[in-house]
Amino acid sequence: MSELIIDNVWKEYGDQIVLENVSLTVASRAFVALVGPSGCGKSTFLRMLLGQERATKGTILIDGEPLPAEPGPDRGVVFQRYSVFPHLTVLGNVLLGKELTASKYKAKLFGAARRAAIEEARQIIAEVGLSGAEAKYPAQLSGGMQQRLALAQALIMKPKVLLLDEPFGALDPGIRAEIHTLMKRLWNETQMTVVMVTHDMREAFTLATRVVAFERPRDRPEEKQRYGATITKDIAIWPPRRAGEPSHFSPDRDGPVVLQGLRRDDPSSSPSGDK
Amino acid sequence: MRWINTRPSRGAQLTLTLLPFVLLVAAYATGSAARLAENANDKLLPSLTGFADAINRLAFLPDARTGDFLLWSDTAASLVRLFAGLGISTVTALLIGMAIGLLPYLRALLAPFVAVISMVPPLALLPILFIVMGLGEASKIALIIIGVAPTMTRDLALKALELPREQIVKAETLGGSSWQIALRVVLPQILPRLITCVRLQLGPAWLFLIAAEAISSDSGLGYRIFLVRRYLSMDIIFPYVVWITLLAVLTNFILDQIRIAVFPWSELEKQG
Repeated sequence: MSELIIDNVWKEYGDQIVLENVSLTVASRAFVALVGPSGCGKSTFLRMLLGQERATKGTILIDGEPLPAEPGPDRGVVFQRYSVFPHLTVLGNVLLGKELTASKYKAKLFGAARRAAIEEARQIIAEVGLSGAEAKYPAQLSGGMQQRLALAQALIMKPKVLLLDEPFGALDPGIRAEIHTLMKRLWNETQMTVVMVTHDMREAFTLATRVVAFERPRDRPEEKQRYGATITKDIAIWPPRRAGEPSHFSPDRDGPVVLQGLRRDDPSSSPSGDK
Repeated sequence: MRWINTRPSRGAQLTLTLLPFVLLVAAYATGSAARLAENANDKLLPSLTGFADAINRLAFLPDARTGDFLLWSDTAASLVRLFAGLGISTVTALLIGMAIGLLPYLRALLAPFVAVISMVPPLALLPILFIVMGLGEASKIALIIIGVAPTMTRDLALKALELPREQIVKAETLGGSSWQIALRVVLPQILPRLITCVRLQLGPAWLFLIAAEAISSDSGLGYRIFLVRRYLSMDIIFPYVVWITLLAVLTNFILDQIRIAVFPWSELEKQG
């Protein structure tokens, strides 16, 4: 079980109120997409779930326990960039979690323990489709492969909650579609709850069980400072998706996102270009 | 073609690389020949054969007074001091730099202090070192450390701070403690920079070494240069300067090769 209860959370930086009165209960094994305009505090909210930042007011509970004040192994994360370690190979990156938990002072495994960990790491690497690239360094991987690696690295810890901060935002549409399929499969096969920040509505509605929109209800220039963003829409996808159950309503709906022409936010479309 | 897009071929590149060196030697040879034609005993610009003579005397014939082969005994004495100084600086800089970069408490304690210390002109401290530590090896090595370590420390601390916060957070979600993150995430990413840092500090390190040797020593490359200066022995000074340069260039090259061999990913990052 991995239920998240966010109760009346506020976040302020000095005088600036970023988030106000955010309450949200995320069921175990749900897949929540956080959407909203830039600068509305989605990422801040995610960082609070991660433990990287603390709420100014309010409480966040994970399985009924208050959230620890710093990031820990129960919450995995994939950022848009810099999620993998450039000095480790693919295998080394995935092994790192195992090594850090198992070996307190050397942070390295030897002998049989190492072989077992390598076996497990290889399995996960294969699951995310990186077999054969074990000896490569991240600089030798494409952006999509790096994000797959970041996923594998997080998954080997078997986190209760997986937090994704625009993980696929920098990928081109074809690669994004592939990784969506992968993400969906992983969510179905594992026990984790997923919270994802995204700018891509299509992505939000294709992957999530629930789409939560953050917005500033008061956004006039003179109000910006003292009024933060809050949850304005909370849409449960219907017919409901459930982790581990095939969707029998419309199999097509849960397929990968197929590109239908260029969208404005695609990196390949020119900003000034013709529509 | 724009000039910014024209590239030399391999052969042209090699020729261009060698050109300044060849020009320098040629310019010297003509200058020296012109002066020697006027006065055969001119000491200011000795001929190239004069250099060969001096090198032969210092490197391959034992010194009449001590029986040492001066070039090699001088080189050994200088290199021991240089590498002792650089080695101690490297270790200190690594430890303090990482601590400053990783731990906010130590950063508050040490960062401003190191910044101030790095502004102290090391040569101004040399008399103090000689008074306190005597005229032996300790004061010379200490001068190199004082001159080089603070800059290296600051550089490494900056490098540690520059690591994306995301990486540190990610390591925390993988269950890493402060110690483990320092050992497995920060240290390996800083070591290539440490090597580069040592390469950049080679110049200053030689400067401080020669300064210390010039003032008080009984052996060493800097000592020899300043000793023979009294006799206007340009035939010795020039080869010594070239030799020191060569040693520095070689150390620089070897260090970079070590970085590429031990941390192959750091080269990939550079290209990427």
